[in-house]
Amino acid sequence: MLARSPLRLQLPDPGTTQRLATAFATLFEPGDTLLLEGSVGSGKTAFCRAFIQARLASAGRMEDVPSPTFTLVQTYDDGLCDIWHADLYRLLDPNEALELGLEEAFDDAICLVEWPDRLGDALPRGALHAHLEQGAEDDSRILTLRWDDAKWQKLASATAGLCQTGQIAQVGDD
Amino acid sequence: MSDTLSNTLTAPLTDKPVGTLTLLGLESSCDDTAAAIVRHSPGDPPVILSSVVAGQTELHAAYGGVVPEIAARAHTEKLDICVEQALERAGLTLKDLDGISVTAGPGLIGGVLAGVMCAKGLSAATGLPFVGVNHLAGHALTPRLTDQLPFPYLMLLVSGGHCQFLIVHGFDDFKRLGGTIDDAPGEAFDKSARLLGLPQPGGPAVEAAAEQGDKKRFRLPRPLLDRPGCDMSFSGLKTALLRTRDKVIAENGGLTRTDRNDLCAGFQAAVCDVLAEKSRRALAQYMELNPPRPTIAVAGGVAANTPIRAALETVAAEFGADFLAPPLALCTDNAAMIAWVGIEHFRAGHRDDQTLSARPRWPLDNSSPAMLGSGKKGAKA
Repeated sequence: MLARSPLRLQLPDPGTTQRLATAFATLFEPGDTLLLEGSVGSGKTAFCRAFIQARLASAGRMEDVPSPTFTLVQTYDDGLCDIWHADLYRLLDPNEALELGLEEAFDDAICLVEWPDRLGDALPRGALHAHLEQGAEDDSRILTLRWDDAKWQKLASATAGLCQTGQIAQVGDD
Repeated sequence: MSDTLSNTLTAPLTDKPVGTLTLLGLESSCDDTAAAIVRHSPGDPPVILSSVVAGQTELHAAYGGVVPEIAARAHTEKLDICVEQALERAGLTLKDLDGISVTAGPGLIGGVLAGVMCAKGLSAATGLPFVGVNHLAGHALTPRLTDQLPFPYLMLLVSGGHCQFLIVHGFDDFKRLGGTIDDAPGEAFDKSARLLGLPQPGGPAVEAAAEQGDKKRFRLPRPLLDRPGCDMSFSGLKTALLRTRDKVIAENGGLTRTDRNDLCAGFQAAVCDVLAEKSRRALAQYMELNPPRPTIAVAGGVAANTPIRAALETVAAEFGADFLAPPLALCTDNAAMIAWVGIEHFRAGHRDDQTLSARPRWPLDNSSPAMLGSGKKGAKA
């Protein structure tokens, strides 16, 4: 169903997570969605913040990227498209997510969605699935990426570059 | 009462004191739907004739298992009921109003639109003028509604979704001194409660547990305290709490009530220290303005936390400034504050028309540079 061989990456510290998010930011196009899972404190919002700030910075813009936990959605404009940063934790029903206007946003914005399980069956097709979890060290994280749309194959080459420079390590195939 | 001469020339023949404004406020930008009526005569304190909040969750800090009323449809239905109740409780009809003030942002687009459409509809039906105002300005101007506080004053807005220091120079003139670069303290309290298995809303639960705990047993970090300025970070504190919890569980095979209380006390002490030290820096900047009535005011649900209030009071005293915390019902989301902002705008002659649109993003102060997640100012190298 989803990618046959998920990409598992070892991120030793928050700086590396930030660099990876920055690298990913350049690869997203309007209509692309990242569904980001992981428990509290796994670094989901920090990943999204680095991603959004990288896109804003390349447009010469600068803005706070606060946690969307209470506001549910924070939106940004990077000059090319809107960026939606959503945290669905507080929602219980997929219909509520749709009430937020996410469905339309999936079409033409870049959407970063934390706690995407709240969407139920309403997951957008072609989305990139990511999962963050605690690594062996306090500051380290393991990021697992899965996809079924071939367009995300470009992530493999992007991460390969970072692996070569020793910044991140691939932790085997599932 | 009759000190506004210009109004006496055009004032309609009513028994209302000249210059008196009675505004309906509408609020639907986040979880709650609210309507309120505030009356103000120049020279007198404003009077909240009614304030209705539907769907309000206790202390506004509710999070985790509490369904937010985000649906635009739900807001629309509740707005009608809230307006009716607000009028009824004030003993007024729409004819007794001078205008409408509505939250036009920032917030969830559906909710904000519901409020704006409601205001436009009421205006079209009655001919009443209306104005769209900023939700955060509502919080920031509440000390003027409750205590007629003169400008400039220092405001710490601290809630589940917000945390920022503002110098309030005028009803439409805010200078942001700093704020959180990640989570707001209310969110940190709620998430900490969840990590420790305490009930929601997390603020009161953590505070109650902390009261029984030893704040010195677990030394949690004070993020960004080593950096100059008024910016804050609370996300790392939550992660540090998680690690400390896991360490205790690994060492002792579980978490006792004492462990939990001590963790809460350590966490709350860290939040207190950060807010107190950053308030100190904000006050230092603010006091340079030689304000006539030096005051640091707070708004937001976190202002209900007793140790945080005490810490802020102590800091204010260090600077010879007053500490002002409006009643909790006016610290959390409500429509009385929106009506009041509308009154300030009406007095300045501001009105909107049917072209008013909702603004999901609407910072109070556009002039201050944003902070990057690393805590460094400016573009990344």
